[in-house]
Amino acid sequence: MKGGGLLRSYAVLYLLFLYAPIILLPLFAFNSGTIIAFPLRGFTTDWFAQMWGNATLRRALFNSLTIAVSASVLATCLGIFAARASTRFNFPGKGGMMGFIMLPMVLPEIIVAMSLLVVLLGAGIKLSILTVIVGHTLMCMPYAIAVLSTAFSSLDKSLEEAAYDLGETKWSAFRLITLPLVMPGIVSSLLISFTISLDEFIIAFFLAGNEPTLPTYIFSQLRFPKQIPMIMALGTVLVALSIVLLAMGEYFRRRGNARMGSSASGGLL
Amino acid sequence: MIECKDVHKYYGDYHALRGIDLTINAGEFFSLLGPSGCGKTTLLRTIAGFEDISSGAVLIDAKHMENVPANQRPTNMVFQSYAIFPHLTVAQNVAFGLRRDPRSKEEKAKLVDEALTMVGLKGYGARAAHALSGGQRQRVALARALILKPKVLLLDEPLSALDRKMREQMQVELIKLQRQVGITFVLVTHDQEEALVMSDRIAVMFDGQIAQLDGPEALYARPATRRVADFIGVMNFLPATILSEAGGIVTAEVPGLGTVELPERQISRANPDDTAPTIGFRPETMTLVIGGQTHNQPRETEATIDEVVYYGDMTYYDLRLDDGAGGKTKPVRISMRNVFGRDVQEVGTRAKLAWSPGSLVLFR
Amino acid sequence: MAFLKIDREARQGYSLIAPPFLYSVLVLAAPLITILIYSFFFYKTGYSSLEPGFTLQNYQELWADPIFRAIMQRSLWVSGLVTVVTVALAFPVAYYVSFVVAPERKALWLFLITIPFWTSYLIRVFLWKVIMEQNGVINSVLVGTGIVENPVTMLRSVGAIVMTLAHAYAPFAILPIFVALEKIDRSLLEAGRDLGESRLMTFWRVTLPLAMPGVIAAVLIVFIPTVGDYVTPELIGGGRIPMVANFIQTQMLGLDNRPLGSAMSVSAMLAVAVVSAIFLILNRKFLKVRQ
Repeated sequence: MKGGGLLRSYAVLYLLFLYAPIILLPLFAFNSGTIIAFPLRGFTTDWFAQMWGNATLRRALFNSLTIAVSASVLATCLGIFAARASTRFNFPGKGGMMGFIMLPMVLPEIIVAMSLLVVLLGAGIKLSILTVIVGHTLMCMPYAIAVLSTAFSSLDKSLEEAAYDLGETKWSAFRLITLPLVMPGIVSSLLISFTISLDEFIIAFFLAGNEPTLPTYIFSQLRFPKQIPMIMALGTVLVALSIVLLAMGEYFRRRGNARMGSSASGGLL
Repeated sequence: MIECKDVHKYYGDYHALRGIDLTINAGEFFSLLGPSGCGKTTLLRTIAGFEDISSGAVLIDAKHMENVPANQRPTNMVFQSYAIFPHLTVAQNVAFGLRRDPRSKEEKAKLVDEALTMVGLKGYGARAAHALSGGQRQRVALARALILKPKVLLLDEPLSALDRKMREQMQVELIKLQRQVGITFVLVTHDQEEALVMSDRIAVMFDGQIAQLDGPEALYARPATRRVADFIGVMNFLPATILSEAGGIVTAEVPGLGTVELPERQISRANPDDTAPTIGFRPETMTLVIGGQTHNQPRETEATIDEVVYYGDMTYYDLRLDDGAGGKTKPVRISMRNVFGRDVQEVGTRAKLAWSPGSLVLFR
Repeated sequence: MAFLKIDREARQGYSLIAPPFLYSVLVLAAPLITILIYSFFFYKTGYSSLEPGFTLQNYQELWADPIFRAIMQRSLWVSGLVTVVTVALAFPVAYYVSFVVAPERKALWLFLITIPFWTSYLIRVFLWKVIMEQNGVINSVLVGTGIVENPVTMLRSVGAIVMTLAHAYAPFAILPIFVALEKIDRSLLEAGRDLGESRLMTFWRVTLPLAMPGVIAAVLIVFIPTVGDYVTPELIGGGRIPMVANFIQTQMLGLDNRPLGSAMSVSAMLAVAVVSAIFLILNRKFLKVRQ
């Protein structure tokens, strides 16, 4: 195709732009120099060791994992209800209700965080990782619904009817037919929600009280040049983890498609 | 067997079924035929129990179905998409309805084998369901429904997803299968040919109502309304003027055909969609007289060939008949088998059309 | 189905959507309404800084404040710029993936495009700082190769913020445009070509109008959240170029003036809504003319 070559070079350049910061991450994480600048000094794994020995960081990691697991499970459970309602049933006001549930996807996060904070403070609720879970569930839900809706909508409505017709109850038809078929979607919803929650900064920053999470810990350390190499090491680990989780999510999504006998296309959103 | 008594169904303001009265006999191959949106699938789904009815009653085996949900009705359904469970094997699909059956594993396996053999899929049990072809899915769906020995098998456009060859083959197989198992089949279809080929009786539906309920021959030869006539096969229509009516015999004047006398059985009085009297006839009931060939039709009309469409085994001619007043009628379609010695005629040729008054239907 | 069903189906639908909807009402709607109410309250020094009542004073004070006006203007301006840059940079990529890449490789491309998005936002933003610093990656290359003598100052500028945000929101722009392009019936383009249009004219008269829904979605999905971005102005702008998010935080927490902070949040949301609405209306007109 004419012009394809030019477009292709542009697309590759664009990918380079997207990956530029991420490529730097491991370079500095393994660089023995304490200043984040070129030229690189030598190879070291000290920063990883330093990271491992950091008690606050471990606490932040534990908090983040707790939050991410809880928020992803909650968001996915709520998402299953919403995705099933929106793909399977017609009722007045559906568009508006779904639109409202999906709103956090486009709402400035600072507004969500601030308004939640004001209400929590007003109600006298103590800030903790619990309040972060509440906020993260809200933020993850639209993404979970987006993933789950794809899984639910590719499902033939008559499959459940057939099971019902063959003597199953509504619930056992859902359990025996729908659930196994959307399971890959549920797994990728969990993984995506987990990843989003793990990375989320604003809500954690305002709603966590004194409890550190990984992003808020990172943010607090960015002020100290001495800590930067360790943060680079931490970033490298997080990036690697994200990629593994995403690859897993993508794998499950495709396996789901293969099971349904349809071809794989489209992305995570 | 199945009785529908004044069944109405509303979706909000939309009146989908408008007073369906219907009796389907045991062991019958019954079809619901109509264009899309006529309510035929809704009616099938109310029999299956997937849709509530707004008023009226559905009875199966003289038992009211009002509070019997779909999973407890003596009906099973073959879905338009077949609804084969893609994550199960063929055998697991077929055995699905037996999950709550108290019989032993071996007995169930035997039943599955029998069902698969019946639909011509012997030895396919271990295959993954999502890898099957359209025709094979259809067979699995049949086996899955029939293994439960329902009193009624409901089929929702079961052949519409198949290609023409496969469809014709499955039509014959379904007829054979129905005779073999002897249970009532209720088929929904928009394909008039399919309905004519397979059914003992057909209910033609328009706009949520049954327009005509008859056997295939009666439906084809004596459609109750112009709309039914138009939907089933091809029918030509010519305007008519009624001259007199005596002793059940109507005398009518038809431009192009002259004066005809029609007995009661050739007259359709239920003609809500057209107020003016109209004469209708099928393309194959008239004969184009080619090369002085003999025929046994009593009347002849002069005509001009307007268009010729060659189909291989058949040729369609569009003819304008001389209307007896120096003018010509609008084109009517005549079909002729292409047999040895009968040459395809050319456009513009003058020709004789032979016909019998007995093949005409008067809509008034 | 085109018609409404107010029957069993609707009831099942409502009971299913109830849990997530109620959650959103509780965690999103209630706080937003609270903020709206707070914004009409009086400010008072003390524990809660709130004095119930009804006043427009917060809004008057806010919109009379030249600093707030400047910051609001700057936020909208920077976000607008980010949106234009992001969408303009993203469109050719979406086009490339949809029209040039072989179907079986599309998923891989989309995967590659989305991966950076899922990696820590904070660290990504920080790395842009590293790249653009006085002794950062770009400067060490520039100075090292002798192109410039002294390091170029890049940080603490609107350009640096735009660059960072364009990077952060790239997938948000690419995916909706890609989806819209994928939906275009390829025979339409061939028809355009067949009718004697040049490749460029076909793009202008067929592809672009059909891709517009995707572009509109991309614009909104980038514009709205970037107005409220907190991290990038903080890290890249170095606090010198605060945007509205930073200002709200200062007001709410730093100065503990909740009525004013609330009025600020409501104003910011209103401003975003108005700009988005104007954009949508202009677009509708533009599309109508084109058809």
